[in-house]
Amino acid sequence: MNYRSELRNYQLEQHNFRLRLAFMAVLVLVCFGILGSRFFFLQMLKYDYFQTLAENNRISLVPIVPNRGLILDRNGVILAHNFFAYTLEITPSKVKNVEDTINEISEFIEVSAADRKRFKKLRAQSHSFESVPIRTHLNEVEAARFAVNRYRFHGVEIRSRLFRHYPENNLGAHMLGYIGRINDRDLTALSEANELSNYKGSDHIGKSGLEQYYERQLHGTTGFQQVEIDADGHAVRVLSSTPPVPGDNLILSIDSKLQRIGEEAFGDHRGAMVAINPKNGEVLAYVSQPTFDPNLFVDGIDSESWKALNESIDKPLINRPMRGIYPPGSTFKPFVALAGLEAGKREPPFSISDPGYFMLPGSSHRYRDWKPGGHGQVDVQRAITVSCDTFFYGLALDMGIERLTSFVSHFGFGRKTDIDMKGEMSGLLPTPEWKWKRWKQRWFPGETVITGIGQGYTLVTPLQLAQATAILANKGVAMRPRLVSSIQDARNGVVTPNPAVVVDRVTLDPHHVEIVTQGMVNVTLPGGTAASVGAGSPYAIAAKTGTAQVIGIKQNEKYNESKINERHLDHALFIAYAPADDPTIAVAVIVENGRHGGSTAGPIARKIMDYYLLGKEPPPPVPAADAAVTNAPEPAHEEELHD
Amino acid sequence: MINRFGSYVVRHIDSFLMGSLLFTMLVGLFVLYSASGQNVDRVLSQAANMGAALAIMWVAANIAPQHLERLALPLYILGMVLLVGVFFFGEISHGARRWLHIGVARIQPSELMKIAVPMLLAWYFSRRDNTLSLSNHAIGALLLAIPVAFIMKQPDLGTSLLIASSGFYVLFLAGLSWRLLIGLAVFAGVMAPIFWTMLHDYQRKRIEILFDPYQDPLGAGYHTIQATIALGSGGMAGKGWLHGTQSQLDFLPERTTDFIFAVFGEEFGLMGNLLLLLLFTLIIGRGMVIAAQAQNMFSRLLAGSITLTFFTYVFVNIGMVSGILPVVGVPLPLISYGGTSLVTLLLGFGILMSIHTHKKLVTS
Repeated sequence: MNYRSELRNYQLEQHNFRLRLAFMAVLVLVCFGILGSRFFFLQMLKYDYFQTLAENNRISLVPIVPNRGLILDRNGVILAHNFFAYTLEITPSKVKNVEDTINEISEFIEVSAADRKRFKKLRAQSHSFESVPIRTHLNEVEAARFAVNRYRFHGVEIRSRLFRHYPENNLGAHMLGYIGRINDRDLTALSEANELSNYKGSDHIGKSGLEQYYERQLHGTTGFQQVEIDADGHAVRVLSSTPPVPGDNLILSIDSKLQRIGEEAFGDHRGAMVAINPKNGEVLAYVSQPTFDPNLFVDGIDSESWKALNESIDKPLINRPMRGIYPPGSTFKPFVALAGLEAGKREPPFSISDPGYFMLPGSSHRYRDWKPGGHGQVDVQRAITVSCDTFFYGLALDMGIERLTSFVSHFGFGRKTDIDMKGEMSGLLPTPEWKWKRWKQRWFPGETVITGIGQGYTLVTPLQLAQATAILANKGVAMRPRLVSSIQDARNGVVTPNPAVVVDRVTLDPHHVEIVTQGMVNVTLPGGTAASVGAGSPYAIAAKTGTAQVIGIKQNEKYNESKINERHLDHALFIAYAPADDPTIAVAVIVENGRHGGSTAGPIARKIMDYYLLGKEPPPPVPAADAAVTNAPEPAHEEELHD
Repeated sequence: MINRFGSYVVRHIDSFLMGSLLFTMLVGLFVLYSASGQNVDRVLSQAANMGAALAIMWVAANIAPQHLERLALPLYILGMVLLVGVFFFGEISHGARRWLHIGVARIQPSELMKIAVPMLLAWYFSRRDNTLSLSNHAIGALLLAIPVAFIMKQPDLGTSLLIASSGFYVLFLAGLSWRLLIGLAVFAGVMAPIFWTMLHDYQRKRIEILFDPYQDPLGAGYHTIQATIALGSGGMAGKGWLHGTQSQLDFLPERTTDFIFAVFGEEFGLMGNLLLLLLFTLIIGRGMVIAAQAQNMFSRLLAGSITLTFFTYVFVNIGMVSGILPVVGVPLPLISYGGTSLVTLLLGFGILMSIHTHKKLVTS
């Protein structure tokens, strides 16, 4: 490259560059010209308009909070609704000294320290021209007292706002959940979801249960008014108005009557019960005992009630059906039996002769049957009926842990049911990999053995157990359990169903299902472990009892009820579905420290099924001590005293 | 002696640019005093920011462009490493991940990229032979897109927009073909409606609010509505310094930072606005003259990009405050409160001065 061409290129480069720079210079001038004409438009042509808005009047944007959607049961019974109540509100930008104003108000209307605290917090979160409540739930006398003194208080107003109320109080509290004041965490979540502007003016948000899960549908869309306000702070006229869109109503699949029967059937016992329609996954009853009154939470719970609820040994705030985890005990056996049959093992007429214990080859450790001396000759169907441990010890070992767990996982064990509530626990279905990850220990054959009878690491929630029962009742087709059956547009009443969803489907040999079902039906017939539960029933009940140990029993030690603290008694479990040939209800019951599935948990399930299938209401509740006598007659068979 | 020291200090300072910058910053301090509710502490703290930024500008002005050229690649790599660091270990504040803790200090790597990206691209294009192929531009676009994507992910829409435009200016000034530019514009025009139909309802809603604030007057649109009221009510001559009703009352949000122009416009009116635009035009004009007179490709591209990015700052900010552009977080340069962006800005002007005052004498 010689000097001349380099020079020419240099000049060419510079020339091109300058051309492009000049182009940009023109662009800059054009853009600035646009800005200039925009200024001209705003500041000359529209000056009068903006001048009026800004100087003589101030525009205030008033949010109009939408009505929160109602929650109704399947028959239209109201479980959550709203009512209007007076609030006293201050607009900080219109008040000279907010503290003085509050002090003056408190001379004739009670303002507590908590009210002041809340006001301070709310004020920090709002624009100064937005009104902030200093008192809520004013009664008529207080409202009248303020009205008389109103002339003294510029920038203080009485408003009527919507409040949430749960008319059935304790009924289904864990499922309904509650709303509470929006806190900083909620604000962060709302701002991340880009929902903050929709909550201007709202001061409550769903905190738990359905109120939380369906917050988006229940809340609705906030409307607003653009209002001109004169120097005295009075609204002169409304410039524009966008009405709010009320929140949708939730229609539950829950029958509140069934729910109440379920809750009352527990008496003084703690525990959980879930009833599901196996055909479509609709949850019919969702009981967590003891319960609480969600109305306490709506306007911020007082510290005494909170302490009482939170520190109670009965833990009433725990949502037991989805957050309580328990070993499934013998209720696990029908699923193990089905696993064995589907794997081609234990097909009748296969049977064992039960000596009352099981031993691993080459070991002297005895895995005891609950019945000393054993059950004699037992095939798979009878093993379910009499809850023979020895049979399932051997079956589990024969199948191996991986095959067993991979089959029963189709019944929802070890994973969330995806019910329409937040915070569900997933329980635990153990595998060797899980144990290695968790404990850095290898899996022992003995652990496979006890998994066969629902002991060991396996853990379930009552909801999972109900779901597993429903899947069994529905012959392997798993429907997603859901509490809300449809959502209703509050404006026009149009109902959108929350569709039934198939979440899993396992192909089962109908013959095998028949064997297991018959084994479970026999459980509630004379000779079964829950014969008294089935007594006098016009429909066939397929069921299984279970007990779950709260504390471990050492080898060669006998479980002695009288020696054990009441809180250490076994948990009683019971699963059932009915009518056995074409099930429309599947139930799982857990009674904490209830000892035997057949005598405490079973009668609860029976009451539920009687009402659901026959419309039969149980006699009015009697004190718990007597209830045990009237509702659960002394077991006719020795079997019932056990598993 | 004092004389000689004085001349040493100003040796690499461009007096025209310096004068315009100082005057604009002075205006900024006055507006800030009013916008902050006559908060002297705020004004003093901003003055301190300005002092520090001017010192950095002086240092940059004294570094010859050929040294800057050598710094381009290492600086870019350092910036990218820090950006990746932010992506994985960054500190979240106000919902965005922008800051990185390094020992004791907290740094914002995206600010560094505002300078590093145009420097790298100017260096890249100045190293090519005089014929630039399409692939050169493709590589340049890639070098630009990577940091922009990281910053957009933080998310920091304003900064990523500024860096994207600074890089685009280099590509354009380096001779990106007109045919390609027009082709891209046509392609975007065709794709936009198709893209629109593919969006979810709520996404469309967000974009609509961006362009029509009145759809969401309580949320995203609130700023714009209040700002246009402030501007419009300023009228021809303004309400006078410290007398803006919208800005002195609590109506106007973020009035010391991104929306400070609304305060200025309300208090100084149309006349004030046009004068401020004139000031900005002088600064941009001087920058263009420096770019046009620069002696090599690197200096030329860098000076052009710095100047035009400054213009982008001004246009995007004033455009959003006056309601013709969507609200993105871009401060008004030299006026808005805040030290970080001021430092980066004056660093850029320092480089401009360096380019102008380090010219070798050549005969042509």
